[in-house]
Amino acid sequence: MTSLYDEVQTPTDGVPTRRVTMTVNGEKRTVDVEPRLLLAHLLRQGMQLTGTHVGCDTTSCGACTVLFDGRPVKSCTMLAVQADGHDVETVEGMSSASELHPVQEGFKQEHGLQCGYCTPGMMLTSKALLERNPDPSEDDIRWALSGNLCRCTGYQNIVKSVLWAAEKMRAERGEDA
Amino acid sequence: MALDELKIGGMGASRRRVEDNRFIRGKGKYVDDVVLPAMLHMEILRSPVAHARIKSIDTSAAWEVPGVRLVLTGETMAARNLAWMPTLSYDTQAVIATDKVRFQGQEVAAVVADDPYIAKDACSKIVVEYEQLPAIVNPDQAKDSSAPLIRDDKVNQDSNKIFDWEIGDKEATEKAFADADVVSSLELHYPRSHPSPLEPCGSIADFDRATGKLTVYMTTQAPHIIRAAVAMVAELPEHQIRIISPDLGGGFGNKVPVYPGYVISILASILTERPVKWIEDKSGNLISTGFGRDVYLKGEMALRKDGKILGMRMHTTSDHGAFFADAQPTKFKIGLMHSTFACYDVPAAYLTSDGYYTNKAPGGVAYRCSFRVTEAMFFQERMIHAAANDLGMDQAEFRRVNLVKDDMFPYRTAFGFLTDSGQYAKCLDLGLEAIGYSSFKAEQEEARKRGKLLGIGISTMTEPLGAGNSREYDIIGIKMFDSAELRVHMTGKAILRTGAKTQGQGHETTWAQIVAHELGIPADDIVVEEGDTDTAPFGMGTYASRSTPVAGAAVAMVARKIRAKARKIAAHLLEVSEEDIEWELGRFYVRGNEERGVTIQDCALAAYSNVPDGMEPGLENNAYYDPPNLTWPFAAYICKVEVDPETGVWDVLKFVAVDDCGVRINPMVVEGQIMGGLTEAYAMANMQYITFDEEGNCIGANYIDYLLPTAWETPGFELHEVVTPCPHHPIGAKGIGECATVGGPAAFVNAVMSAIEHTGVRNVDMPLMPNRVYDAVRNGQDVSGMPPVRVD
Repeated sequence: MTSLYDEVQTPTDGVPTRRVTMTVNGEKRTVDVEPRLLLAHLLRQGMQLTGTHVGCDTTSCGACTVLFDGRPVKSCTMLAVQADGHDVETVEGMSSASELHPVQEGFKQEHGLQCGYCTPGMMLTSKALLERNPDPSEDDIRWALSGNLCRCTGYQNIVKSVLWAAEKMRAERGEDA
Repeated sequence: MALDELKIGGMGASRRRVEDNRFIRGKGKYVDDVVLPAMLHMEILRSPVAHARIKSIDTSAAWEVPGVRLVLTGETMAARNLAWMPTLSYDTQAVIATDKVRFQGQEVAAVVADDPYIAKDACSKIVVEYEQLPAIVNPDQAKDSSAPLIRDDKVNQDSNKIFDWEIGDKEATEKAFADADVVSSLELHYPRSHPSPLEPCGSIADFDRATGKLTVYMTTQAPHIIRAAVAMVAELPEHQIRIISPDLGGGFGNKVPVYPGYVISILASILTERPVKWIEDKSGNLISTGFGRDVYLKGEMALRKDGKILGMRMHTTSDHGAFFADAQPTKFKIGLMHSTFACYDVPAAYLTSDGYYTNKAPGGVAYRCSFRVTEAMFFQERMIHAAANDLGMDQAEFRRVNLVKDDMFPYRTAFGFLTDSGQYAKCLDLGLEAIGYSSFKAEQEEARKRGKLLGIGISTMTEPLGAGNSREYDIIGIKMFDSAELRVHMTGKAILRTGAKTQGQGHETTWAQIVAHELGIPADDIVVEEGDTDTAPFGMGTYASRSTPVAGAAVAMVARKIRAKARKIAAHLLEVSEEDIEWELGRFYVRGNEERGVTIQDCALAAYSNVPDGMEPGLENNAYYDPPNLTWPFAAYICKVEVDPETGVWDVLKFVAVDDCGVRINPMVVEGQIMGGLTEAYAMANMQYITFDEEGNCIGANYIDYLLPTAWETPGFELHEVVTPCPHHPIGAKGIGECATVGGPAAFVNAVMSAIEHTGVRNVDMPLMPNRVYDAVRNGQDVSGMPPVRVD
């Protein structure tokens, strides 16, 4: 992650690094990282993708969830080097400049967030769910999201948000519109 | 024609939240997202033991780690008179330990380095030699005459007791007991819990030697109180301190106090002359920052045979940890515990309280609670439940007999609070109807035949929200009022700033709705800013459900000041006298000639381009609001559970919430608050507690041991509303943020008790984990006292 202007700092001299290449939000990125660097930290500090939040450090809360080859993983307990050759999607990759993903719209429409800290992880897990199950029941949604904690909403509106998104996505595909 | 208020996003509109636009894109700005040029990173080394004398600290190896810029110990702090700091309860708290460590997780050193990994590496190189002392983990141990003195740093502190406190009328209460037909009693423990917002605490201190200005980005619910505290602790001039509280990933009371990490990062920035970022990890947050509850409550109720409550006496013993750091109004040592039984007509009451130091983390914060009100209402509703049973009366009927009636307001409680409005019986009846109370007994019988135990639990309560008034309420001497500043620009758009601080409550959305209601400016044309002490007017922050009651009132009042000036401008524009001007939403017009009028936007433009002679230009103002009283929302929460006696597992079959929080600014947001609060209530009733082993090790130092409910366990909630406007609030609103957390737990517990009390059980202390419920049913005995210590 060195740039033209980065000072070469003594402390990092002699620290072994690994070159890794991954696709992040559709863009190929090559970085030299310490083998112990966590994926969450690479995304947040190295790539300034601060929508990935770190909550618990123990794979419990899911605030750091990203999609890894399309599947939700918790990036706070995954090494950056493990992402070599893989595809990573963060919340920043969910929408284009003009268009929100239906899951993002659903969370806003159904008041599926309050403080916003769990929201990126919740939305990415929801997106992955809807890709494999376009018509989930309330129980399907609750089960799929059970690795993502929320302290504000009580989950009821998150469930509604995902149902809202599912309906919109089905309608967009021309099903039961 | 007047505007359609709902269309402009005014009062009563379930306006979608404006803050969501950044949150759903991952563009929120939380403290850890802020990066300053040349920023260093700080990590704290915490004590692994609960009580020990520090014999030596060797930091030499830490200094050797490449990339380390500074290592701080208690000595570093003491040299600058910063080893200790005042707490919000007039006690002192160690910033970095110098003499002893007094709880597991206490700060013993800190390292500042080029990146957080290096700082953590270097922390592991610090060698601390401890001489362990016996750990005191509950008030019973603390009281023991042979107990070691935890606070040997304090002059004149010869025991582990912090305070004795009392309120009420002892004699009148004794007389009530002498007159009683039946005396009912109950004893319980409200276990220690942690608010645990997902985002831990953190700060970035940036001291600029050239200008003398200190800027601190900080996870705080009360930036102005922090500014005052920093001015006092660090002895920096207040005008040179800027506290910025950016987006907060939840707070729930955890982000009210001043924590050592903030203070250390400030000194580190002063010493290194570079910005220093400190971000706590989850364990650090759970083991060292403000907890909630940890109170032992017992009481007796004097009753007449017909069900009338004659009097109530109560005692609380609270465990405050190593430093008395409760965040609460000065006058009250155990918060607003004496608001207990406020919704019932109780003629005489007397409360005594004592509090103790233990070798546990300090705090006693108002965890989604208006200062110990959660414990007060939990005890109240458990006591009511027990008393009804003792009298052989129906739970709903016993409440109906004793609830304050609609025509009794304003009602002075036995402890001196003045409740002012409510329709208590109506709320209760609505809830009973919704849960199907009348058919419950038959259902219960039928379920027993299937081997399942059904129970129904009621919790009805009013609580005091929105401190002050300033006569009664202050924190470290600062009166509890709040403020708002409104600037209407010449095109009729506006910026509003308040001294509150949103943490997910949606102020950016709802404050604009109040302005829209008062001025007719569409909510979308108003931007709301909070959290920066250099720009926001002075305020006491957001906790204890005080935003809408206090800051929200200030918003309405400042908008009214703006409208008053706009009216004069309108008179000038319409060339009539001010007395001939009428107002409808968004527009002034000439009385008797409705066609002739000017909009609020016309007035805004004129304020900068065409003011009458002698009038100051501009359309800006501010308001400080000191509420005449607390607001008193009411709630009836009713829960139906099914208990499996074979496993002790209980499931919520239905939960009905009837909330009366007065006028609702944004019903969608209010319902979001209620559902979130009910989930925390469910959490406390079911799984969420922090306990300690006998050596003072915190059991609950991560989310693997400290259980929080997920989407899978959390039940659904059915919400209903009753609206009794607050008589003194400018828009008739009452607090709502914590009602459900306060009133909810007793509904769950009463429901489980109702299912199992035929076995002879009177009380199972929270959390009602399956093993505790199973033991209670199997043995027909209470499971009370200390929460269990896990040994796995």
